[in-house]
Amino acid sequence: MTNSISKVWSLLVSIWQRANRPAKYLSIGFLTLGGFVAGVIFWGGFNTALELTNTEEFCISCHEMRDNVFSELQSTIHYSNRSGVRATCPDCHVPHNWTDKIARKMQASKEVYGKIFGTISTREKFLEQRRRLAGHEWERLSANDSLECRNCHSAESMDITAQGSRAATAHQQFLFTGEKTCIDCHKGIAHELPDMTGVPGWK
Amino acid sequence: MNIKFFISLFLCGALLVGGIALADGVANLRGGKDIGTEPDAPAVGKIEDKDLKRVRNYPEQPPTIPHDIRDYEVTKNANKCLSCHSRSRTGESQAPMVSVTHFMDRDYQVLATISPRRYFCNQCHVPQMDVKPLIENTFVDVDELLEQETSGND
Ligand code: HEC
Ligand code: HEC
Ligand code: HEC
Ligand code: HEC
Ligand code: HEC
Repeated sequence: MTNSISKVWSLLVSIWQRANRPAKYLSIGFLTLGGFVAGVIFWGGFNTALELTNTEEFCISCHEMRDNVFSELQSTIHYSNRSGVRATCPDCHVPHNWTDKIARKMQASKEVYGKIFGTISTREKFLEQRRRLAGHEWERLSANDSLECRNCHSAESMDITAQGSRAATAHQQFLFTGEKTCIDCHKGIAHELPDMTGVPGWK
Repeated sequence: MNIKFFISLFLCGALLVGGIALADGVANLRGGKDIGTEPDAPAVGKIEDKDLKRVRNYPEQPPTIPHDIRDYEVTKNANKCLSCHSRSRTGESQAPMVSVTHFMDRDYQVLATISPRRYFCNQCHVPQMDVKPLIENTFVDVDELLEQETSGND
């Protein structure tokens, strides 16, 4: 037993010594180019994997998402409307800019852990956690001034004369003045809401 | 002659008249299509969203909703209507406050919050669609009745 461990160890040590020696036979040019190509392949692969996980198909491959939030989304205006433009999960839940995206993905690794250990494996467990999960999204969207909403809806391009009078008044008074952001007024536009007692603006 | 004979005679007559009426193509809910064919669904009307209050037909009528309510959630978890129409929210929303009757229990006792029997707004309040009425409406407004009465007395 101890014998085999020491064997593996000495193998690892010798590999490292070899790798750590200056190259004897390879030109510096080859090494630089090779490193560059390997880098591109690695980087490309990483981003491809990132993009693959950034699709709705991936999100709803978990039954937790498909049976709860996705089925609720389907009746809303973000899934079905007169113009046929729709929002997918990552449109609202994953930041576009790269650093924020990575940060959100790291956070999502925790959700994968939750999946493996069945934190929300049933509808009942999901509903118990819903207030907390929704809270995270509200916090994120108020902190970034509803950036994901604004990727599609721009306040500058809103023609308030084409909006209903309730919308026009609210947007003029609170949105254009910067006093409030989209998520302050538009909670629950894509999914059913958790128990709203104690959430500002709800009774 | 016994009474049973008259009854059966009467029923036969009724059946005959009914049969003739049906054969004449009395309107039914299937729109004249026979039972084997699927009639076309009527076009879905558009919700009227003009934000203009409609006149109530009598004082106790729950006013119809003058705005769109697509996806407005009213469940035990959340009440989207109250996020604008509750007492404390009207400042920001500029919506009319639910009237005091919505705070009363069934003994007309005014409660501090919306009475549970008035919580599910859509039980009484509905939006309207921009469609042709299916049947003519013969409702007469109370003011008209009063007017008829006074002009009749003259
Ligand atoms: C992928 C683009 C996209 C994103 C992201 C998005 N929306 Fe939308 N939104 C739409 C489209 C498309 C419509 C429907 C427009 C139409 O046909 O009237 C819509 C409609 C709406 C409506 C109108 C609802 C109604 O009943 O008329 C609201 C409110 C709204 N979005 C809010 C939001 C908020 C808040 C967010 C951020 C959490 C958001 N949207 C994110 C594309 C998007
Ligand atoms: C002060 C609250 C408030 C804020 C902030 C706000 N909205 Fe609204 N918005 C409303 C109200 C009220 C309506 C009309 C009622 C409804 O559609 O539920 C509305 C309606 C809309 C509509 C539908 C327009 C129509 O005529 O039906 C869209 C789209 C929309 N909002 C998008 C946004 C987006 C995107 C943001 C952020 C950039 C935003 N809103 C910020 C209150 C707000
Ligand atoms: C139009 C934007 C939008 C789209 C599209 C959308 N979401 Fe959401 N999602 C939200 C918002 C906003 C919240 C915060 C809670 C709320 O207001 O309902 C949320 C909350 C959640 C939550 C937390 C639990 C909850 O319901 O509050 C989960 C999980 C979730 N979304 C998953 C998804 C998945 C999976 C999809 C794709 C099938 C999706 N979302 C599509 C906007 C969106
Ligand atoms: C975004 C805020 C908002 C929400 C949410 C809202 N309303 Fe309204 N409501 C208004 C405003 C403002 C008016 C005044 C007329 C107008 O501008 O449409 C109004 C008018 C009404 C009226 C007419 C009152 C009258 O005296 O004629 C009724 C009834 C009504 N709403 C019921 C509802 C119901 C039921 C819901 C929920 C399904 C609801 N409202 C959700 C803002 C709102
Ligand atoms: C049991 C039936 C019923 C239910 C449920 C109900 N209402 Fe009413 N509502 C009425 C009637 C009847 C009136 C008109 C007479 C009155 O004020 O009581 C009215 C009046 C109103 C008015 C006009 C008030 C005014 O002073 O102009 C508003 C706004 C309103 N209701 C909103 C709501 C909202 C929001 C809800 C849900 C929280 C709701 N109602 C639930 C029956 C109902």
